[in-house]
Amino acid sequence: MSEDARYRLVLAGLAMLVAVLFTLSLTVGPAAIAFSDSLAGLLSDDRGAIALIMREIRLPRAILGLMIGATLGLSGAVLQGYLRNPLAEPGLLGISASASLGAVLAIYIGLSAALPLGLPLAALSGAVLAVLVIQALAGIRGGTLTIILAGVAVSSFAGAMTSLALNLSPNPFAALEIVFWMLGSLTDRSMAHVWLSGPFMLVGWAMLGCLGRPLDMLTLGADAAQSMGVGMRRMQFLAVIGTAASVGAATAVAGAIGFVGLVVPHILRPLVGALPSRLLPASALGGAAMLLAADVLVRLVAPGKDLKLGVLTAIVGAPFFLWLVWKTRRTML
Amino acid sequence: MKPGRAYAQAIRRVAAAFAMAALASMANAASAGEVPRRVVSMNLCTDQLAMLLAEDGQLHSVSHLATDPEASVLAVEARGYRVNHGLAEEVFLMRPDLVLAGAYTTRATVALLRRLGFRAEEFEPEASFDDVRANIRRMGALLGHQERAEAMVAALDRDLAEASAQPSRAASAALYSSNSYVSGSGTLADAALGASGLDNVADMLGIKGAGRVPLEALIMADPDLVVTSESDFARPALAQENFRHPAFRALSAHKMAVSVPDKLWICGAPFTVEAVRILRRAAAGQPIERGDAR
Repeated sequence: MSEDARYRLVLAGLAMLVAVLFTLSLTVGPAAIAFSDSLAGLLSDDRGAIALIMREIRLPRAILGLMIGATLGLSGAVLQGYLRNPLAEPGLLGISASASLGAVLAIYIGLSAALPLGLPLAALSGAVLAVLVIQALAGIRGGTLTIILAGVAVSSFAGAMTSLALNLSPNPFAALEIVFWMLGSLTDRSMAHVWLSGPFMLVGWAMLGCLGRPLDMLTLGADAAQSMGVGMRRMQFLAVIGTAASVGAATAVAGAIGFVGLVVPHILRPLVGALPSRLLPASALGGAAMLLAADVLVRLVAPGKDLKLGVLTAIVGAPFFLWLVWKTRRTML
Repeated sequence: MKPGRAYAQAIRRVAAAFAMAALASMANAASAGEVPRRVVSMNLCTDQLAMLLAEDGQLHSVSHLATDPEASVLAVEARGYRVNHGLAEEVFLMRPDLVLAGAYTTRATVALLRRLGFRAEEFEPEASFDDVRANIRRMGALLGHQERAEAMVAALDRDLAEASAQPSRAASAALYSSNSYVSGSGTLADAALGASGLDNVADMLGIKGAGRVPLEALIMADPDLVVTSESDFARPALAQENFRHPAFRALSAHKMAVSVPDKLWICGAPFTVEAVRILRRAAAGQPIERGDAR
């Protein structure tokens, strides 16, 4: 089987998986609604309880699961290619945590209530700031170690500031919401969240999607890529702003969800080959599948406990990360 | 536990310095049969009961929560008293002959005050109207105003009977609050719901006390009346987002909906009847006049 055929097969398989998990996400929930009833409720015209649940609660949840998962998978693949670092990922680099901080400031100060776009824009600013700080600390060709150290510093600082902002809020509920911003959840999100974050994620995807070819050339080294006509400044702009826009918007409505962007590209790389232009679409689909699966499991494992998504992604992601560190250490020595 | 111990030691040093004063107050406390003249209350619920039952000059200090208009029905009255924060040092210096406290919130402080020789009485939070009656009677007995307490209980019973005599169009209700919490049996809000003749859907959802209910489950439980509690905090939090969810708005638009101020049933007292009245009027499909609850 040729490379091309295998790549198409992998993409088709992932698309199928996403479709199945999306349907599953629509049909699993605390309200026990039969499979056929739920799908009928989604399409029918009446305003009964089932139609209400399907359209206003489960549909936005499934759409957000798909889009946020795709965002995390795609940005993970881009960051790994762009920083040429196997450990790069929005969560580990502190981009999600900084976007969380931006969103927290916007919501709890009251900016998001006064200005609807304030929330995604504040999260985006947090994310941009994190990427720029990490680049400044580690340099564009920073080694694995420096980038991860910078990421640890940024994410722990942003996490601490998030806790501080929530603890200082005069609202007695705010301090309890630290968990949401650190681990992420899709519980009872609404279409309003889809409209608020969706456009930013789409713009981010478009920017990151342009990076396939340039990233392919970057695998030959920065000098070689430049000699082949890759504009490094344009590439940096697309990678930074694209990641910030999509991850910022995703985090603004669902909190910081870790490890998806790390695990997915690594699992898919052996299947699609090393070319980033092939890895990007595959990672987007893989990320969507992983997050939808996690969100279905959250509802199945502990219904009524409001388990956070980050708990499940970390259970899969953290051991994987350890294995990756182990492997990286051996190759680096 | 360390800060607590350090604090206790500090208090003990203060206690030594004020040994004579403490002895004096111990002498006061020893005469428990006498009517207390200088009462300090450290709990929102005992604050309000004491304000309702004490005579002029008998109640010396109330907790800072009693002056918070979001939490306290008697916030305006509470401004006439000295405010305490439930700290042993503070209460010690006020030299009360009776300390009133809640059974759960200030346990360490109460234990410390008792060791220092103060007379402290703890009140269980009210979870039913029987608890409310019992606490009113006990407070009356402690303050030496049994007859006032009996009159208050009689008025409470009369008001309750009157409130539940109104007709009802609704059969079931959900007590839905921030963070998607629903109150069930064993809470005063549930007792108020029962007194207004409504079934709580929390029983159907299997919730005792308070429990989190996904929006989906609330919609499927299909209550006739949706009861929310209004709290106006200075800054927003995600906890109140559940009230803005389109699915919840659609639900409350189709059903009868009413908002009951939290302060009416944080503590059980004669004013809790006002919550029953609001519920009953809402269940009868009558418009709610704002400001009634003041």
